[in-house]
Amino acid sequence: MIVAEQKPLAEIKEMVAPYGKVLLLGCGTCVKTCFAGGEDEVAVLASALRLSFRREGKEINVEELTVERQCEDEFIQESAPAVARSETVLSLACGAGVQALARRFRAVPILPGVNTTFMGVLERPGLFTEECSGCGDCKLALFGGICPFTRCAKKLLNGPCGGSRNGQCEVSPDTECAWHLIIERLQALGQMESLRAYVPPKNWRASLSSGPRKLIREDHVL
Amino acid sequence: MKIEPTSRLEQILSSGGFAVTAECGPPRGADPEVVRKKGELLRGSVDAVNVTDNQTAIVRMSSIAACSHLLQMGLEPVMQMVTRDRNRIALQSDIMGAYSLGIRNILCLSGDHQSFGSQPDALNVFDMDSLHLVRTVRTMREEGTDMSGFSLKGPPRMFIGAAANPFADPFEYRVVRLAKKIDAGADFIQTQCVYNMERFKAWMKMAREEGLTERVHILAGVTPLKSEGMAQYMAKRVAGMDLPDHVIRRMGGVAKEKAAKEGLSICLETIAALRETDGVHGIHIMAIEWEGIVQSIVTAAGLSPRPRVDAADVSP
Repeated sequence: MIVAEQKPLAEIKEMVAPYGKVLLLGCGTCVKTCFAGGEDEVAVLASALRLSFRREGKEINVEELTVERQCEDEFIQESAPAVARSETVLSLACGAGVQALARRFRAVPILPGVNTTFMGVLERPGLFTEECSGCGDCKLALFGGICPFTRCAKKLLNGPCGGSRNGQCEVSPDTECAWHLIIERLQALGQMESLRAYVPPKNWRASLSSGPRKLIREDHVL
Repeated sequence: MKIEPTSRLEQILSSGGFAVTAECGPPRGADPEVVRKKGELLRGSVDAVNVTDNQTAIVRMSSIAACSHLLQMGLEPVMQMVTRDRNRIALQSDIMGAYSLGIRNILCLSGDHQSFGSQPDALNVFDMDSLHLVRTVRTMREEGTDMSGFSLKGPPRMFIGAAANPFADPFEYRVVRLAKKIDAGADFIQTQCVYNMERFKAWMKMAREEGLTERVHILAGVTPLKSEGMAQYMAKRVAGMDLPDHVIRRMGGVAKEKAAKEGLSICLETIAALRETDGVHGIHIMAIEWEGIVQSIVTAAGLSPRPRVDAADVSP
């Protein structure tokens, strides 16, 4: 899923302060799962904003709505009447959702309510970890299913750096050394020989390095 | 194909000599005098001066420029190059530029992560890893081409070094990684500072068993300790360092004013043990901001004077 984190209230308040009518628009897919921008978070944030502004003697009209996915126009459309009633939209979707709204509603300022952080997994309740950078050229088969592009702070492709100690990354003791995990996993799979193979430099052409990417599926084009 | 030695360091190592190199960190500023002073302190004591590339991710004068200052003094530099700050285009360009200035030795590194430095907000590059860099320099030297396969006019012919940390984990994999660096084209290997001799010897034994010491020149790293505080700092704060408790206790067991002398004794004992270790072909002295001690270490270790290398033995 795409993992995001709600922005601090102070930053959100600063963004919405110039407006009297704000639509708080949640997204019911990824950001709901990571507790950043689903229906519940929309309700809590709306109350917090109203209270906080009221304490400062300012009344603000906050409308709440959550759609299934802000990255698909079909669902975005459901919010059109509410958007029309508002001076601004604070989107609690990921950056893709914010931009999809901006594309659909050209006359209304769309503000980001969350920081989109990474593509990851729910490792255990309350812990989300980054696993994939969407590089466009997956080589996980070489690395026992553990991505060194994403999970090694130096993107090393040919083994751990000199800072790997007790399975920890030198950059942060809270981070597992990706290469330690790769070696353990390949050992367990009986594929240690593949660790001796030279892995050439990454071809970054399929990545964001070539500019924003497009995927065209001819079989689905209407 | 590489036939004649390209550098003084290569000449010494390939003729079976025991090499001595020392580290020189460029200044946090643009004054070449700082480099020259450090170079002067090392003159005559070492075969080559190893110049760091923004070490610990702190911005300093570039390694290429500092190497060039040393060259002008008649000293032979080893240029460190990290893949943290430059993509493959800039790295290849700088290798050629460095060679054009007369730099003949390169040490290929990935580099300390920027989070350890003074500008942790920086974006890192890591377009390539250190192994890719080693292979790139070898391809330039032996195929005469850049990474695209383009034939270079006057390809650089560098003597190629890489780093190894026998003290990092997973231990059993460290020799595999060494073999990969040698396969990629490393001519010499510089190790992390040796304080844990037991572990270093175990690593060397594995390297010998794999036949790696026949294929590469291993220079063991040593750093003289100045104080107990420095020992504790290195043990706790420096990534990849293995400084055993008994060494820290030894530094703390003497009066403060005698600590530097004790550090020097430890360093000399380490060098003596390294010279007895099969497959160790030299030492690399990393006297951090203490270049003045190098001459005493080299002399006391009985490694002085350094062999003369006739200019005719080294191809331009």
